[in-house]
Amino acid sequence: MAGMTIVQKILARATGRPSVEVGEVVEPTVDLAMSHENAALVINQFLDVFKGTGLEPKVWDPSRIAIIFDHRVPAESSKTATNQKKVREFVGQHGIQRFHDIRGDEGGICHQVLVEYGYSRPGMVIVGTDSHTTTHGAMGAFAFGIGATEMAGVWSLGSVFNVEVPATIKVVVNGTLPAGVLAKDLVLFIVGKLTAEGANFKVIEFHGEAIRRMPVSGRLVLCNMSVEAGATSGIVPCDEETLRYLRDEAGVREPIDAVAPDADAAYDRVLEIDASSLAPQVACPHTVDNVKPVGDVAGTVVHQVVIGSCTNGRLDDLEVAASIVKGRKLARGVRMIVFPASWRIYQAALKRGVLTDLVEAGAVIMNPGCGCCLGIHQGALGDGEVALSTTNRNFKGRMGNPKSEVYLCSPAVAAASALTGVITDPRS
Amino acid sequence: MPQVVLKVGDDISTDQIYPGRFMATVLPSETPQFAFADFEFNERLKSGQVPHGSIIVANNNFGCGSSREQAASCLKGYELTIIAKGFARIFLQNSCNLGLRTIICPTLEASEGDEVEVGATEVVNKTTGKSSPITPLPKARQAIIDAGGLIAYTRQRVLQKHGRA
Repeated sequence: MAGMTIVQKILARATGRPSVEVGEVVEPTVDLAMSHENAALVINQFLDVFKGTGLEPKVWDPSRIAIIFDHRVPAESSKTATNQKKVREFVGQHGIQRFHDIRGDEGGICHQVLVEYGYSRPGMVIVGTDSHTTTHGAMGAFAFGIGATEMAGVWSLGSVFNVEVPATIKVVVNGTLPAGVLAKDLVLFIVGKLTAEGANFKVIEFHGEAIRRMPVSGRLVLCNMSVEAGATSGIVPCDEETLRYLRDEAGVREPIDAVAPDADAAYDRVLEIDASSLAPQVACPHTVDNVKPVGDVAGTVVHQVVIGSCTNGRLDDLEVAASIVKGRKLARGVRMIVFPASWRIYQAALKRGVLTDLVEAGAVIMNPGCGCCLGIHQGALGDGEVALSTTNRNFKGRMGNPKSEVYLCSPAVAAASALTGVITDPRS
Repeated sequence: MPQVVLKVGDDISTDQIYPGRFMATVLPSETPQFAFADFEFNERLKSGQVPHGSIIVANNNFGCGSSREQAASCLKGYELTIIAKGFARIFLQNSCNLGLRTIICPTLEASEGDEVEVGATEVVNKTTGKSSPITPLPKARQAIIDAGGLIAYTRQRVLQKHGRA
């Protein structure tokens, strides 16, 4: 019998069995259940579960639930504010400790906060009512998005029902990324190769020299964007870098389960990539797999440049952008919107002068949050306008206007293009 | 006989089915008004011209993108049936959980206005006379559908846990 992939090992552990086979149906226990504003809908469905049962609605384990407000912060409407109030009250009633409200000392985008606070750890089963929950695979967890009603089931019983053990695509990235080519370029290239549904119902396991040398910040980009190939989760095996991050940056003191795949694990397919041959990549409207080298679209006029989000709003992303625009001015006619992924990052960028460099060049700094990425809160586009963004999706209408276009890129491409007003290769 | 009321292509995202700008609306009773909000189809839905049981035909990867459950609940509100060559994972799960009827039929050819009959194992396009086999849903989801959706399923399980069923 072949060995197991990381996800098989995690699911075996989470079901109390020695092994699980690809395709079989299991019901793993959940180590961490994350929601954001859509906790309002989860609460609605959760209370519905208990209706007519005569039982008091009680979450299975408040210490395993995390709720982070990020999608509409501060609230853009009275409707949102009322839903947030309802969630706050629920959090208090049920004793949920991992609650991150709209606060400059501990708030941020859910996927960044979970990692910064050490909530996401190797070997865990993590579910979130957000498709980019795949992000936490960067910490060696099996992490996937679910709907609000499915989360109501998790809150009720502590397991996620009827999970088919997914097959795994192994992506091996050899060599070294050239200067000016970032983790985002690599993952856009991979999504282009796999296509938007190429990993649907599957997991992407990342291996190779370029991954081993990549800091957690870059691995988060890879796993975050894995869902854009349809993947249930992306995952990077826990290694020294994972442990360094957890111990030194996230302050984790407890033992860590550094689960790794078996050497003879069976993979659905293997994709080998030579990192050293890559150029900066751009995903063109209106699908994330419509990926081209930056040279093919250089010169395209852009009206709004966005740097931030759960994909590329980390300190190293902001530093790359600042290093490019420092002492210079954005092109006239270009708006540059920057939203850090968390308030910790915001504070660090503030202290290091990164935000000053960006603002002096003409950028607008927003508070950490999701709104602009998905067109729900500020940063909307006008009819016929073009955005160049470091976020994760370019679907028609994504930034609030179906008559606009969104291109996706790395922070380096975004910043270089903000200076010229057209899509620009940062290496030039 | 149900008719095909909308035909769409590959990679229809949840942003197209239920645009992000309406996501502050969460309750299944309120989401149907925003179904395909940026399509002319939205007007037909809201004006009551689309009978329950009508069919949307799609290509591959229908419902890709966000986990927003509104994308399933807004279509469930009109009791539509979605027949696609393939569905994105989270959308398919949300649909099963909420009781939105989803049929995987990789070879169906149909145009808007065609009359289509959905059987247990095949879809018959009555207008063209052609039959196309149905790919069974992932077995993992069938128990939830059989229970009448995930809330009912979870309720059964909670009662079992407390020795009440």
